[in-house]
Amino acid sequence: MSALFEFLLRMGDNTLVLGHRVSEWCGHAPILEEDIALANTALDLIGQTQMWLGLAAEVEGKGRTADDLAYRRDVIDFRNCLLTELPNRDFGHTLMRQFLFDAWHKLMLTRLCDSSDERVAAIAMKALKEVSYHLERSADTVIGLGDGTEESHAKMQSALNRLWPYVGEMFEADSVDDLNAQEGVTVNPSELRADYDRIVYDVMSDATLTIPDSRFAHRGGRDGSRHTEHLGHMLAVMQFLPRAYPDARW
Amino acid sequence: MYAQMIKSEGGKDPSEMTPEEVRFQARIDAGEKIEPKDWMPEGYRKTLIRQIGQHAHSEIVGQLPEGNWITRAPTLERKAILLAKVQDEAGHGLYLYCAAETLGVSRDDLTEQLLSGRMKYSSIFNYPTLTWADVGAVGWLVDGAAIMNQVPLQRTSYGPYSRAMIRICKEESFHQRQGFDIMMKMAQGTPEQKRMAQDALNRFWYPSLMMFGPSDAESVHSAQNMAWKIKINTNDELRQKFVDQTVPQAEYLGLTVPDPDLKWNEERGHYDFSEPDWTEFFDVLNGNGPCNNERMEARQEAWADGQWVRDGLMAHAAKKRARKMAAE
Repeated sequence: MSALFEFLLRMGDNTLVLGHRVSEWCGHAPILEEDIALANTALDLIGQTQMWLGLAAEVEGKGRTADDLAYRRDVIDFRNCLLTELPNRDFGHTLMRQFLFDAWHKLMLTRLCDSSDERVAAIAMKALKEVSYHLERSADTVIGLGDGTEESHAKMQSALNRLWPYVGEMFEADSVDDLNAQEGVTVNPSELRADYDRIVYDVMSDATLTIPDSRFAHRGGRDGSRHTEHLGHMLAVMQFLPRAYPDARW
Repeated sequence: MYAQMIKSEGGKDPSEMTPEEVRFQARIDAGEKIEPKDWMPEGYRKTLIRQIGQHAHSEIVGQLPEGNWITRAPTLERKAILLAKVQDEAGHGLYLYCAAETLGVSRDDLTEQLLSGRMKYSSIFNYPTLTWADVGAVGWLVDGAAIMNQVPLQRTSYGPYSRAMIRICKEESFHQRQGFDIMMKMAQGTPEQKRMAQDALNRFWYPSLMMFGPSDAESVHSAQNMAWKIKINTNDELRQKFVDQTVPQAEYLGLTVPDPDLKWNEERGHYDFSEPDWTEFFDVLNGNGPCNNERMEARQEAWADGQWVRDGLMAHAAKKRARKMAAE
């Protein structure tokens, strides 16, 4: 498996899995405007998935398509970070997860705009516009709910505590990242951490939330070594039709 | 048609009208639009709130049967299209609630009336979506039926409603096309897909005909609403138009409309068709459709679970305002 292919799966699986999670809200959000905004976020992420996995399939050169990659791989072949596959729980938890991902996503895409691979740079440029808006919105909501009522504050603090151990994985680098960074295709994700911490610190201050002290990180998503139990259930739902009717065209 | 059985609050004989009412009716007859600040009879206002509110609720509840398949859409493209469509429906709900608000009722008020069962939504959304072909059938038949009613409503007398309809109709025709496109893929697909397509048509045909409501040719409510141009055609006219448009499409798909008595009537220039089972329609309206409980529970849960979110965001907005005032 080439390092470039692996990197493209990491990008595309993040957006596929998170886009799927966010789409689960459709029709059930607390406010009509939020329902529309969540659907919009999911839609952007699925669109980005088509681009990342489309390029991954092309780079792989084995005749697979973006849909084959999305619908015909099992858990151990997925390369999304664990944060994106965690269940939605309540609205606050969903938006906290979104913010923690968006802040990383925007920094990563910003750097990818300068990728030595023009195809990567083109996707990053297109996605960056959308993701800048995602971050603006998720940050505003985290602030609004953190600095809202006592109840909303408590729920947001508990969401942050629960999700924080899944942040570290996004900044871990392995041999795949090293190879891609040497080629100038991507950056070593650990380089993004300082900027990330500043963004998170500012938003959490405005939200009156406390960032947990621990730097413990659950890992195993982006290298596929150990996903959570949640991903398999998501795939069972998402892949049902192509798996049940392998000869059908939709 | 997302508004069904709208009881009119008017129904006065012209000889009993006040001079204001006479002038109002003359404006409507002349094709003028009524705007929020214009004088209007109380009955016109109340009937419109009922109709626009029911239409808005239908868009919101209508997200659920299709939303049921977003997480199981079979390709990335289908998933994106379905997400966009369901998002459009929420957007339609939003325009319509805004149009209703111009008549002096708040969105929260209307929502509470929906959740307590005092206001209705279209009967069609109480039917389940069981296979992927149902997503196609909903787009093709349900949106197709809705368009029949909504296209003429672009000319309705109330300005904000008419303008909302113009925007909605543009999007609805895209929805119907995507539904038909899914049906085409299914009908031309594997034997299993074709079976799903036929089964979806079997289950959605009569509920779609019911969307227009029972015959209202003799109804005084219908006559008043037509005089006010809140309603443009009778239910039977629209149902006939829908059947005439849809039957050739079903034939093109190679599917069979589940009505043994369906046949072209050369003399009338229309299809003859069987009436749906109106007992079933009233059962669904009275809460006994296959999914009434699920739909209402889903909306009630979303509202109740979201209370802390709405409260939190309101509290934050108030704090921000207070901080801004203190700084000035």
